[in-house]
Amino acid sequence: MTSLTAPLPGSKKLGLVIDLDTCVGCHACAVNCKEWNTGGHSAPLPDFDPYGANVSGVWFNRIHTFEAGEGDSSRTVHFPKSCLHCETPACVTVCPTGASFKRAEDGIVLVNPDTCIGCKLCSWACPYGAREFDADEGVMKKCTLCIDRIYNENLAENERVPACVSTCPASARHFGDLGDPSSDVSRLVAERGGFALMPEMEYAPVNRYLPPRAAKTAVGCTGAKAELDRPADAAVLHPLLRWMDKVLSR
Amino acid sequence: MHPAFSVIFFTTSSGAGYGLLALVAVASALGFVPASGWFAVVSLGPATALIVAGLLASTLHLGHPERAWRAFSQVRSSWLSREGVAAVLTFLPMAVFGIAWAFCGRSDGVFALVGLFAALCATVTVFTTAMIYRSLKPIHQWHNRWTVPNYLALSFATGGLLLDALVQIWGRPQAVVGIAALVFVAMAAYLKHRYWNFIDTTKSASTPESATGLGARGKVRFLDAPHTEENYLQKEMGFAIARKHAVKLRAIARHSAFHLPFLLTAASLLLTGMPAALAAVAAAVFGIAGTLVERWLFFAEAKHAVTLYYGASEV
Repeated sequence: MTSLTAPLPGSKKLGLVIDLDTCVGCHACAVNCKEWNTGGHSAPLPDFDPYGANVSGVWFNRIHTFEAGEGDSSRTVHFPKSCLHCETPACVTVCPTGASFKRAEDGIVLVNPDTCIGCKLCSWACPYGAREFDADEGVMKKCTLCIDRIYNENLAENERVPACVSTCPASARHFGDLGDPSSDVSRLVAERGGFALMPEMEYAPVNRYLPPRAAKTAVGCTGAKAELDRPADAAVLHPLLRWMDKVLSR
Repeated sequence: MHPAFSVIFFTTSSGAGYGLLALVAVASALGFVPASGWFAVVSLGPATALIVAGLLASTLHLGHPERAWRAFSQVRSSWLSREGVAAVLTFLPMAVFGIAWAFCGRSDGVFALVGLFAALCATVTVFTTAMIYRSLKPIHQWHNRWTVPNYLALSFATGGLLLDALVQIWGRPQAVVGIAALVFVAMAAYLKHRYWNFIDTTKSASTPESATGLGARGKVRFLDAPHTEENYLQKEMGFAIARKHAVKLRAIARHSAFHLPFLLTAASLLLTGMPAALAAVAAAVFGIAGTLVERWLFFAEAKHAVTLYYGASEV
């Protein structure tokens, strides 16, 4: 049903916490997302004209880059964006068929590809661009929070995290229960002042972003000399002069 | 927003059809249109054709048209689902009213009441269509108080122009039908003016700063897109071709949907016979053509909040 039901008692609010301070914009999370999900729950993720001039395809995770601020305080921020698994997602309530739904037990927002009519209304209702239409299959697709990894008992326990989280070389992505205030991710959000995107839409996103830390403007003493010794003049002389210097120095 | 032709055709065609149905039923109950069963055929026939053509067109943009029946299931939350149910339910009173009038010559008493109920259902259907757009928060140009009145007014304006053309062709027009068409066209023109004024002078509360949450550092500028080529989101939500020509297209829509139909309908009220009928038919043709342009603009001028992640500085 696309009507939202109250979360079950003790249910989880699974989501991601993305650290904009440490993200280096390498796109590895997007690539691993594509790799896993093109064989996963919503497989395949099509690519059209993949080797041509107008390549396009379905991705669940895209890395944007912004500049924030002016002058010395400005900062280049790499900005990964995927489904935020909102608590009151309009993408679910606008669905006319019930194909779009939010799981009561963990809050993951999914699409049932067998009942989706491909009307695209859910993608219009999402301000975050989390949903992408698969023109090949005629249905809407979106991030599943790697539902086929996080509960997958065939994987080692430490691998039961979304593909984007497992692959991040900068550990900028964290996965956990944001409904539990004592979870690692909730503590991280509290500690770093994590925020939600476009709160004015009132979709109550579960995912949180951690702001870039303030840039250092002063350098502390590291014990190094303030200035390096000047290199010996010999090092920059002509080979002939260097030979003369060597001879005369005897 | 990308203006999908199937949706533009659907909202214009079905809108005119539902408007015509509603006004025929009301005018019939009040005795303003011929009571002959044949008039039921020539008025409710085109209304049905417009509605059915629109509804069929609306399934063309679906990825799975064969599953369209599933769209009737979520009336509790989805305006699209409510629209589907309202559209189908309207056929019931419409069929009873039409058959009784066309084949039994009965459009009085209880059948007039059934007709008025059909008019109510038709109005509700147009309302649900408008609410699909009105309810979408990420699109400021749709999520505002002018969307629903505009859809209803244009439905009645195009329906009123069609009805006036039909009674003029029929040969014994009552001035009240033409005057009603004038009133609806004037209302639609006023509401569209207010709508354009609203979208020109206001913008969404969402900004690149709120979209990224980086506003505390200052102005946020888009530096680099995720991919080299346009993706689905940019093609579907980032359409900008008609926006470039918005001023010209608005003038075309104003003249074609409002000014010309108003003048032609006024002329038909003053004329008689063939010239009056021709003027009324031309008014209806211009009205519908202008509404198609208006509907195109309704999509093309709508800016989706997701474009803030792709370089838009405001929506």
